[in-house]
Amino acid sequence: MQNINIIFKKEFRSYFNSPIAYIFITFFLGISSWLFFQTFFFGNQAEMRGFFGLMPWIFLFFIPAVTMKLWAEEKKMGTAEILMTLPIRDYEVVIGKFLASFGLLAVSVLFSIAIPISVALLGDPDEGTIVCGYIGLLLMGGAYLAIGLFASTLTENQIIGFIIGITICFVLLIIGTDYVLFSAPNWLYPIFSYLGLGVHYSSILRGVIDSRDIIYYLTIMGFFLYISTLMVESRKWR
Amino acid sequence: MIEVKELTKSYGPTLAVNNVSFNANAGEVVGFIGPNGAGKTTTMRILTCYLTADTGTATVAGFDVLEHAIDVRKNVGYLPESAPLYADMGVVEYLKFMAEIREIPKSQRKERMRTVVDICGLEGVIQKDIGELSKGFRQRVGLAQSLIHDPPILILDEPTSGLDPTQTIEIRNLIKDIGQEKLVLFSTHILPEVAATCSRILMINHGQIVANGTLEELVNQVRSENILHVAIKGTEDEITTKLRQLEGIIEVTPVSTDNGIVRYEIASGQDISDVSSTIFNAAVQNRWDLVELNQESIDLEQIFLHYTTGQTRGTHPPPKPESNEDVDSTEEE
Ligand SMILES: Nc1ncnc2c1ncn2[C@@H]1O[C@H](COP(=O)(O)OP(=O)(O)OP(=O)(O)O)[C@@H](O)[C@H]1O
Ligand SMILES: [Mg+2]
Repeated sequence: MQNINIIFKKEFRSYFNSPIAYIFITFFLGISSWLFFQTFFFGNQAEMRGFFGLMPWIFLFFIPAVTMKLWAEEKKMGTAEILMTLPIRDYEVVIGKFLASFGLLAVSVLFSIAIPISVALLGDPDEGTIVCGYIGLLLMGGAYLAIGLFASTLTENQIIGFIIGITICFVLLIIGTDYVLFSAPNWLYPIFSYLGLGVHYSSILRGVIDSRDIIYYLTIMGFFLYISTLMVESRKWR
Repeated sequence: MIEVKELTKSYGPTLAVNNVSFNANAGEVVGFIGPNGAGKTTTMRILTCYLTADTGTATVAGFDVLEHAIDVRKNVGYLPESAPLYADMGVVEYLKFMAEIREIPKSQRKERMRTVVDICGLEGVIQKDIGELSKGFRQRVGLAQSLIHDPPILILDEPTSGLDPTQTIEIRNLIKDIGQEKLVLFSTHILPEVAATCSRILMINHGQIVANGTLEELVNQVRSENILHVAIKGTEDEITTKLRQLEGIIEVTPVSTDNGIVRYEIASGQDISDVSSTIFNAAVQNRWDLVELNQESIDLEQIFLHYTTGQTRGTHPPPKPESNEDVDSTEEE
């Protein structure tokens, strides 16, 4: 626990030591509020469905960019050799890094609360769905982060890690969309609709938090963090 | 403190470490030398539990590197080759991170940090980010990191590469100092450094340990050839013939002649001092001017060449045939 905390602090600070955190927060807020206000003024509705609805696609590009450096840079710079010879376990490093990226996501999401506040000022939104939306956002974001972290363990090139991250997220996202689901064979339908990254998020957005949806995202996070740890250990294989 | 038994590790088809065995104990400074690609870094990575050997066992500080990796790492300070550090961290921030993860109690953290900053001469750069430092200073921060928990075992991969002469000397003294009570295993390509600091030399070539002992022991091993350097004033043919008749002499090789002084390398199978007196007596009898008579002096460089290339001074390759047919035929075409 102590070690995870130390790694978390180091990685979280390192996001803010470099421009990444600021760029991420700025772009995330800029794009989100632009999307939101556009639907708001044209749709003339005081609700955030537009904002939440677009998040799976915005995350697709932003989150792999946040996680791409987490391992790739350690490998490229050789710093992994010191890090992985310290008296800490591989999984502690993986979890610490994951939590740091989650922290950055949480901070950005926190800043975007300006949006629901302005919604509340301008109209009468349903607070319940907005709270659910934010919970869903964090759960889904955690899943994206775990996938991006895993992609970063596969390479020492950040750009390649980024592309792999987007690809995995994209595949997991589109298999749950109606377009793919309707053209998929019948026997794949339940699998795809369960595995789709955005499916459970949409059901959370409806305002009910089902434990199955939470379990789904926690499972995705656990699975990708687990295989990330395996990848980190793979230097010892053979 | 370090026990290595029959360690083997390959990277795909490359056999990097081949059946390596050695022991090292507290109070020793072991110099790990060998040509580029010999397997030094790989061996160190196995000992620090960064990599795993294919076969063989290694125990560090009494802990098996596979079974108790965390305990091994707690007892080791490691400076990897070329000191990889986080460029975006400040020097102090980095050392603090290391102190935390090394579980140095909060009350002692400041003091330990100050100590290593002092030892490694970092006072002037503590305000800076690591990314702004010159290579030598980065190396020093890497060294500071490896010392921060005052480990009983230090494993340093080329610790003095990139340091200025003053700092090199300081680090050498530091290594010697630490080696009084602890174990230091360090690799280097600077042979005088080994002679100056090490109580023992471990030489590796093509993944295999080719020599292991004190400098003196290695000198004696290489010297088993028993080579004498002799310079005598006189006629070469006569002297050569007479030398060859002497007892205990295996080979007499004229090396050069100038100003009537003939230089020889003489190989003998006997004790070198007996042969020296035989030659001395022969010179007196024949009224030769004995200009020089001494045992070959051997330095670490020669030992290095001996073990890594199989070359020794004094053993000459057989003379080449007068006409080399391969060369001739290619020239004619
Ligand atoms: N990551 C790797 N992948 C493949 N081969 C490697 C790897 N690291 C080292 N090798 C090979 O293993 C052998 C031993 O390398 P090692 O780095 O241990 O040598 P070294 O003695 O430290 O050399 P140097 O003096 O140049 O630092 C070399 O043939 C090298 O090419
Ligand atoms: Mg090396």
